[in-house]
Amino acid sequence: MRSLIRLTPLGIAGLLLAAWELAVRAAAVPQFILPAPSAIAVRFAEAWADGTMLRHLVPTVVEVTVGGLLGGALGLLIGVTLGLSGSARRVISPYLVAAQSTPILALGPVLVLWLGPGLAAKVAVCALITLFPVAISTLVAVRDVDAGTLELMRSLGATRWQSLRYARLPAARGGILAGARVAATLAVVGAIVGEWLGGTAGLGVLLNLARGSLFDTPLLFADLLQIAILGVSAYGLVLLIERVTSRRIA
Amino acid sequence: MQLLEVSGLSHSYGDRHVLRNLSLSIAAGESVALLGANGSGKSTLLRLVAGLLTPTEGRISLAGAPASAGQPEVGIVFQEPRLLPWRTVLRNVTLPLELAGESLVSARATAEKALARVGAGALLGRSPGEISGGERGRVALARALVRQPSLLLLDEPFAALDAITRARLDNELPELVAGAATLLVTHDVAEALLVSDRVLLLGAEGAIHLEVPGLRGLPAAERRAALLSPDGAARQTRLYAALNSVSHA
Repeated sequence: MRSLIRLTPLGIAGLLLAAWELAVRAAAVPQFILPAPSAIAVRFAEAWADGTMLRHLVPTVVEVTVGGLLGGALGLLIGVTLGLSGSARRVISPYLVAAQSTPILALGPVLVLWLGPGLAAKVAVCALITLFPVAISTLVAVRDVDAGTLELMRSLGATRWQSLRYARLPAARGGILAGARVAATLAVVGAIVGEWLGGTAGLGVLLNLARGSLFDTPLLFADLLQIAILGVSAYGLVLLIERVTSRRIA
Repeated sequence: MQLLEVSGLSHSYGDRHVLRNLSLSIAAGESVALLGANGSGKSTLLRLVAGLLTPTEGRISLAGAPASAGQPEVGIVFQEPRLLPWRTVLRNVTLPLELAGESLVSARATAEKALARVGAGALLGRSPGEISGGERGRVALARALVRQPSLLLLDEPFAALDAITRARLDNELPELVAGAATLLVTHDVAEALLVSDRVLLLGAEGAIHLEVPGLRGLPAAERRAALLSPDGAARQTRLYAALNSVSHA
């Protein structure tokens, strides 16, 4: 047991994949129900070699990047505003929670109706889904800065803006980035959901194609693998930003 | 002319009166220590003088002008050093100057001098988390001194330190702040006598109950010995007795 715990995540993944491969082969499971990992790997490589994966990955990356940045920036702005102002918090918070409580799938058709089936609607879905975690984590982090630190800033004659710049935002950095980590993975979910609502390219569109007209289950799993890689990369990017800003602040 | 003049000062938190009709004055360069039981209003008085609280009644003036938060003539050291952990020691000390609009190059030079003055010149690039409690106390003192205030407010700045470090800083404090008037809040009778020209004991609801001369005027090397002399012991005994009586009033 102790040696199992010591295994790295990659080692554990290797063991699970080997078990999956053996089970599928031993039970002769049809490929259209559950393909073996080796078949998925081959299809993944083929999809990259013939350009299918790249063609569908690029629009999704664009949606995740633009939507995530837009939602993150708006979330930061809303979070800071609500964190600083109790009256703004009382007025706006209920609307923010109500917006978050509405399933994004239910809002999707409305967004497509307003913005069309192109990039704008998908970016809007991404932005809406990422806005909430960033806004809430920023609100809490900015509001709950140590009272002693704020008193110090007042004693040094800091203006409200200076307190925000020199004390509240640096102190809230950890909380804000925790929200950004959640938002990074949600941005990928938002892009896939947006692509399901309509469109001609994207990893979400490829999922529908592989499941429907192509009836290519290994491609479906290869696409899922690509989506997971994208999610992990987005999360890793936030971790990288966290490390770089930590070094800059020090 | 007095540097700080407090007259008819009263303050209450809701129904609870912590200071009532307090008057005191501090001359330029003078050092005053405030003793008192818990809840006697010592820290409140410091916050009122710093402009961080608005008095319920009374008047506080510093060099003739009303007290206000952030005035550069006042430096304050809180009970905890309150260093910003995301800034280096040097950048913690440059902070008051940056807030005042000074360039970073000029602020760095001034902060380096302030740190050297309090014996923390070797800590410039360190993070507050990497230095000892005593060193953090010195850095907080440097931050309070960097704008060259005429009045330094010290709210039990060494209370959390070990006895040896605290004794060392008590010995050095009068020289470290040389030039600035100080108003020190403490619970420690010996510390109050060592670092001040006058020790004031606040009684119930913040009225001044007793005033005893301090030992700051003596050369640094003689202060500790003076504390143990018959005269020093008598001063300590008077203060302890009075503190005991106000604590149980």
